[in-house]
This record gives sequence, C-alpha cells and structure tokens, in this order.
Amino acid sequence: MAAAAVTAGKAGQLSRFNIASLALGLAFLYLPIVILVIYSFNASRLVTVWGGWSLKWYRELFNDAAMIEAAWMSFRVAATSATIATMLGTLAAVALSRGDGFKGRTLFSGMLYAPLVMPEVITGLSLLLLFVALNAERGFWTVSIAHTTLTMCFVAVVVQSRLASIDRSLEEAAMDLGCDPPRAFLAVTLPLIVPAIVAGWMLAFTLSLDDLVIASFTTGPGSTTLPIRIYSEVRLGVKPEINAICTLVIALIAVLIIVASLAAKVSSAKGESAAPL
Amino acid sequence: MMAEELARTHDETEPGAPAAELGKPESSLPDAVGMPLLRIEGVVKAFGGVRAVDGVSLDIRAGEFLALLGPSGCGKTTLLRMLAGFETPDEGRMLLNGRDIAQVLPHERPVNMMFQNYALFPHLSVRDNIAFGLKRAGLSRAEIKDRVAEMVALVKLKGLEKRRPDQLSGGQRQRVALARSLARCPQLLLLDEPLAALDKKLRESTQAELMEVQRRLGMTFIIVTHDQDEAMTVADRIGVMNAGRLAQLATPRQLYEAPRSRWIAEFVGDINVFEGKIEARETSRLTVATRDAGTLAVVEPRDAIGKANVAVAIRPEKLKLSRQGPAVDVASAHAVNRLEGVISDVSYLGGTTSYKVKLDSGAVVRASMSNTTRLDVDAYGLGQRVVVWFTPDDCVMLDQ
Repeated sequence: MAAAAVTAGKAGQLSRFNIASLALGLAFLYLPIVILVIYSFNASRLVTVWGGWSLKWYRELFNDAAMIEAAWMSFRVAATSATIATMLGTLAAVALSRGDGFKGRTLFSGMLYAPLVMPEVITGLSLLLLFVALNAERGFWTVSIAHTTLTMCFVAVVVQSRLASIDRSLEEAAMDLGCDPPRAFLAVTLPLIVPAIVAGWMLAFTLSLDDLVIASFTTGPGSTTLPIRIYSEVRLGVKPEINAICTLVIALIAVLIIVASLAAKVSSAKGESAAPL
Repeated sequence: MMAEELARTHDETEPGAPAAELGKPESSLPDAVGMPLLRIEGVVKAFGGVRAVDGVSLDIRAGEFLALLGPSGCGKTTLLRMLAGFETPDEGRMLLNGRDIAQVLPHERPVNMMFQNYALFPHLSVRDNIAFGLKRAGLSRAEIKDRVAEMVALVKLKGLEKRRPDQLSGGQRQRVALARSLARCPQLLLLDEPLAALDKKLRESTQAELMEVQRRLGMTFIIVTHDQDEAMTVADRIGVMNAGRLAQLATPRQLYEAPRSRWIAEFVGDINVFEGKIEARETSRLTVATRDAGTLAVVEPRDAIGKANVAVAIRPEKLKLSRQGPAVDVASAHAVNRLEGVISDVSYLGGTTSYKVKLDSGAVVRASMSNTTRLDVDAYGLGQRVVVWFTPDDCVMLDQ
C-alpha cells in the first residue's frame, strides 16, 4: 500500500492516501476560516444558527462608523509603516550584502533578524517603555513606528536574498561602462531588486494590518486599529458583523499575499537570466 | 634584463642557432617606438597575506593582442581586474599612455572589460545594453543611435536589438558583451575568459571573429585565458603567469619552441624531458649524459646554463620514428640522437597519431606523427620495435 503510494507519487499522480492527507491538512487549516466566511453571509442574528443567505451584516458594517474608522486607521498605519520599513529594510539589506570590507557583518545580520523570532509581547512592551520614557503621545505615529520595527527585518530578509542572487559583476560592468558606484546601483541593481522590494512592502503591509499585540501596547486613546477593535467587540460577544469585517480582511490579505508571491516569482525568474549560462 | 637579452641576441652568429624569430628578444618588439600604450611596473596585490600578483612588469604596445595564460589561481584574473580598476594594486604602477591609472576608479578609466559571464544587464534589451556606456559618456541621442547600429553590425546582431539577454543564445550573448565593451572605443579592452562558456566549434569561430575585430579596429586587447590553444590562436604575444609572477612573455612560437623554464615547457603543450649532466662542451654543442636516454647531443642554448645538471626537452612532434633509423644522408649531416624502444601505446587522433614508446632504459617518451596520407600502410603497431631519433636543433636545454 505504502509502496503503491510512493510509485503513484513518482508518476506525479496523487494516490488516495495522498489526497486524503492533503484534504485533512487543508481542512485543519481552512475550515475555521471557511465557516467564518460562510457565517458572514448569515441572515440570522445569532452567530451559531444558520438563517439563510444575506448581505445584511456587510450593510450594517458600513454603517458602523467606529469600525470603519478603525479599519481606516489600520490601513494608514500599515501603509505608513510598510513604506518606512521597506526603505530601512532595503538599505540594511544593501549594506549587509554589499559591504564586503565591513567587520561584524555576521553580528549585524543576526541582530537584524532577531526581531523575526522575538516574542511580540516583548517587542510591544519594550516599545511601550521607550515611548513612555520619551514622553511620546501614543497614537498613530507610535503604532506606525512600532510596526516599522516589527516588519523592517522581514523586508530586509526578502531583499537580501534577492541581492544575494544578483551577480556582482553586473555592478562592476556598470562601473566599467562609466557609472560611479551610486549610479551603478540605481541603474542596474535597483531595477533588479524592485520585485523583491515590492514583495517586501506587501509582506510588511499585511503583517502590520493583522498585528494585535504590538498595536495594543503602543496605541493610545482615539487610535484604535482594526484588530484591537475586533478583539474588544468579541469580548462583549461575537456579532455577525465581525464575521463580515474578518472576511474582508481575509480577502485583502489573500490578494496581497498572492501579488507578493507573484512578484517574488518574477524576481527569481529574472535572477536566473542574470546568472551565468 | 631586457638589455642583457638584446646583447645576447647580437652575439648569436654561430651556426645552428635557433631560427630568426626565436632569436629575437622577448620583451621588446621591433616596431615599438617610444612609450608603450601600457606599462605595468612591479605590480603587487595581496589578499590576506597571499600575493596573488607578485611583482609583474610588462609593456604592451598599441594595437597588440596580448594573452595572459596560466593555471587557475596564477593571478592572471587579478592582474586584469587591477587594469579594469576593480582591485587596487598594493605596490607598483600601471601607466596608460604615461598616466598612472593604478588608483583611478573604474568609471574614470579609458579601459573597458568583457566579463567572463558577460554580465549583461538582464533588464535591458540588446540595444540598451550596448548603449549603456554611451549614455554615460554624454553622447547625443543621434550619436548613440549611430554608434549602436555600428556595433550591432560589427558583431552581426542585426534584428536582435530588441531582445533581452535571456532570449539570446550563448554565442549571441557573447557578441552583445563584446559590442557593449567596444562601444566606448576604449584604449584598452580587457577580456576575462570571454569564450569559456562556448562550445568548441563556436569558440573557434569566435576566436577568428575576435581577431578580425581587433585587427579592423586596431585596438589593444588583453585576454585572460587558461586555454593555451586559444592564447596561441588569438594573441600576438603571450604572458605566461605562475604563482603571481610573469614566467615568460613571448610570441606563441618563442613560448613553444624556446620556453624559458622547465615549468613553462611542461605547461605549454606536451614535452619529453630527460634529466642529465653536461659531459662535454664543444663550440655551440653540448654533450649531455642522461639517465633515461643515454648521451645526447644538444645545441648550446642562448642562455648559457652554468649548472652541470640540466634537462633536455623535446616536443613529441619533433621525435621521428622509423624502423631502421634516420636515412644515411640525414645522419651524416647532423649528429643525430638515436634511441631505441618498443611502441607501448597508439592513439589515433585524426590529424595526428600519438605514440608512446617505451625506451630500452624503461622510460616512456611520447611521439606524435602527422597523418599525411589517408592509407598509412607504414603505421606502427603496438609492440613494434622502433628507432626514435631527433637532431640537436630540435631539443631545448633547460635548468632542472
């Protein structure tokens, strides 16, 4: 039986066993989300009882000013922090992958990547302490800065891996043909890493959009982000309206993830042609 | 060093001296007038304590095609990268038209380089790749257009201007890279293993095209290669490098027929080497007692060898095989070296046949013979007893 599965796998066809395990895995991952999406179209007031299809909760959602405001806030924070994080992350990646002579590069790389595995509670708490110490008014900018620190390292990782795949002789060729080093970077390297930069921005945007922990540490009154808003609503009981907003967020993030991975794919396809024969 | 060689050359009037070209001094060419285009003086480059280039000096005249040949890690690519400006020499000068360019940044040098992997910009079309350097040079749009068209015609890429590098074959990419590096009319073009990625047939035709382009434009080319056939085909002179030093700088013929050291003799082409001691010195002739080949008569080399222990080297194609030995008239005209042995291996290679002959002393020598006729009834077979002979002129005397 197992042997049969292996042979079937080799032929590129899925055996019954493979199909079953795939279905089980996907169900485990997506069943809750699917249920949530379906119930967002529920006509019933009760979240757990099916009352037929309806767009009622979406209509209600668009009349909920507080929810819309939170969504708009989240969107602005995500866009701002993703943009700053992309600039900083790209610069860090360039410095780390192109600075040959600079000592302690491994240490700096490690330090750049540490926030990837740092518990969010710690990041959030330390930022809160910093903002309090600086006596900064907590709100839009503190959340944006906090999200920048969270997402910058993700951008750096994406851009650095792209840079690593670009042949160094391309920049040398540009210099040989009359470009000074900054020009060579702008004319040759930058166009080649643009897909990675775009992918990094989208990754940063989605990470910021769905962050609850760091945002709740660093935000202030009047600057509620969408995840905080949803979380506080749910504590008072799940309204079908929450299902609707969650469905919209899922849709947005799904689109961004797909675009980001397509951009990364284009980026690596270009990288192959840049490599030697 | 150069003066010494010149002096030695003028002394060469004895009979039996090597042919005219071999007698020429190596480092200066007859028509070199005044300053050379490029003069490299005592250039040293070390990476972490290892001297990749260790005191190289050489002159290149305008319009010359020079090859730097050597095993990998000999420093030839480092030397080329220093000329391009990607590495800065630790010591020494590099004078291009009298100006020291050792510290000049790559984009400020009138030098261009063709990269080993071509380094074509993948996001630009063929046309934009070729025009890249012209735009930086501040040419007008019309001038750039004309120049690109000229280059495209030169490297025979008409009709492919809009393609991207990944839509081209290896040979086409190589042409784009050549066109791009030539477009700015550099005083010196550096080529880093430019044909290594091409297959044999394409490489041969590209070598011919490279030579034609170089001759037509009258430019100065320096090519780095590890392929000695390529170096010999394209270059006017070859600089052989070993362990960061320039072992010999000479024309292909000088390099092959009059290698300066045993290492060069063995690196360039095939050679049989017999170690021995000088037994007697007559006018222009030495007698060497060798371990493997008995007593050999050898022409006195230009660089008189002081030591008694020497190596007598002879190229395989200069060994003659016969069933009885040399014809009587040849034998009487020369003091012929004569060895005997048994054919131990035969490799038919098309144009030539390569034989291994096990001498009676036990040593094995390689001999190669041209297949000048289609039906060779006289070809030697395995185990056949043969006489191997050669004249004193055909061997080279080297230090052990």
